[in-house]
Amino acid sequence: MELLQSLVGGLPAWIQIGLINVAKIVVILVPLMLAVAYLTFAERKIIGYMQVRIGPNRVGPRGWLQPIADALKLLLKEVIIPTNSNRFLFLLAPVLSITPALAAWAVMPFSDSMVLADIDASLLYILALTSMGVYGVIIAGWASNSKYAFLGAMRSAAQIVAYEIAMGFALVGVLMAAGSLNLREIVLAQSGGLHQWYLWPLFPLFLVYFISGVAETNRAPFDVAEGESEIVAGFHVEYSGMTFAIFFLAEYANMILIAALTAVMFLGGWHAPIDTGFTVVPPMLWFVGKIAFVLFFFLWLRATFPRYRYDQIMRLGWKVFIPVTLVWIGVIGFFTFFTPVGHWFH
Amino acid sequence: MSFTQLTFYFFAAVLVFAATMVVTIRNPVKAALFLVLAFFSAACVWMTLEAEFLAIVLVLVYVGAVMVLFLFVVMMLDINLARMQEGFTRYLPVGALVAALLVVELVLVLGGSFGSEQLPRPAAQGADYSNTRELGGVLYTTYVYPFEIAAVILLVAIIAAIVLTLRKRPDTKYQDPAKQISVRKEDRVRLVKMPAERRRQGD
Repeated sequence: MELLQSLVGGLPAWIQIGLINVAKIVVILVPLMLAVAYLTFAERKIIGYMQVRIGPNRVGPRGWLQPIADALKLLLKEVIIPTNSNRFLFLLAPVLSITPALAAWAVMPFSDSMVLADIDASLLYILALTSMGVYGVIIAGWASNSKYAFLGAMRSAAQIVAYEIAMGFALVGVLMAAGSLNLREIVLAQSGGLHQWYLWPLFPLFLVYFISGVAETNRAPFDVAEGESEIVAGFHVEYSGMTFAIFFLAEYANMILIAALTAVMFLGGWHAPIDTGFTVVPPMLWFVGKIAFVLFFFLWLRATFPRYRYDQIMRLGWKVFIPVTLVWIGVIGFFTFFTPVGHWFH
Repeated sequence: MSFTQLTFYFFAAVLVFAATMVVTIRNPVKAALFLVLAFFSAACVWMTLEAEFLAIVLVLVYVGAVMVLFLFVVMMLDINLARMQEGFTRYLPVGALVAALLVVELVLVLGGSFGSEQLPRPAAQGADYSNTRELGGVLYTTYVYPFEIAAVILLVAIIAAIVLTLRKRPDTKYQDPAKQISVRKEDRVRLVKMPAERRRQGD
């Protein structure tokens, strides 16, 4: 940081602030993009082993260069724009789907001091941005001028709206327990070891949040928006080359985002599971480890469960998750105000 | 011009442009998308006014939920513009009257005694000032009855909308998951015991 400040020292103040912020953004996004690339590799390997296969092992030592090769291939492929599609919206859709997935990382607390924008309402900010991701899907489906893409977009819109409500209510529970909308303070409220994590008092909300997160990112078993067996590839059926790659990037960046938020809100963020008073392992490593743990569940779910039917998805979202979250919010309120164990939540 | 002013003018310009496009553009889907842009720019303007709670909620509720459902409906419409423009001259007087009324009201509000310069300037707050906490505090103490009544009215509206659209269709094949899970083997499968038979000739 000092090096950076000395480098830009001679410039006017606002340019300095701008450059330092851009540098911070790069420091967050480059590892994120690498993580996305290797998450695809991890997915293929893990699902491979779960299905008693080997997975990719040809490109580079033990297949480690596979994601790089995939990225190069997608970069070099032709971007096809269908005739009679809406050219501007067709190209805008991937941008709209990746922007919220990346912008949400601005408020992510990696450790006590490492957060790009420590804003007061960061939880709301995250909710607002993740709710905008659906536009990429809807616009892609409409602008493609294709029935399959349109059906995928319609399914996805209904699904995302349904699960967003359950997700929002789960977060209401978290903010009631922590008494703050700031993600950093939510993590700080969980300090003191494994038993202080919100995983325990908010267990139903944890389950609802994680499963809604899987549904929000359109991942199996909730991937009816893509539904290869029925509607080819859903909303991105007409996309090729780099435009397709951006949808792909957005999906995986969203997965990592949901995993990180689960870690922040229910698994104690950067805190070690056992509070020894020393910091042997850097806090950020704990955080990354927790993200990887949650991501493993994403992949495990995909390898295990068959796809939900559309009406079953709707039923689960509206008739199971929303009542569960509402009841548990009531329980939290009751415990916080009327019983002596209220301190457990704070 | 400071940076804040610059951002304000930028977002305000985008807002005015988007709002104009909403009412002038032919394609209803594009109009809805411009409305999304207008909401988003309005949220950004509010953000420069340090009303971050309102700004984020505007994005969350209107951009993230209401407009998605709007688009959902608008995309499936097949709108014939020629037929919609049929009664233009017939409705023109009524439309002009409403427009004139709106202009008069706007002039009264913006040009008269309601301007923001009439009010005392709000005190600048420190960096740790929580807009959300203040709003919540006022909303659930001083204004708790209006707030709760508004919530109940909304609930009634929701139920009314459901009741209006809910029709029992006799041909729907509805599945009850609870019933599906509780099915036992005995309900569906009948095991029949019978003696072995001799193989017939020719098989």
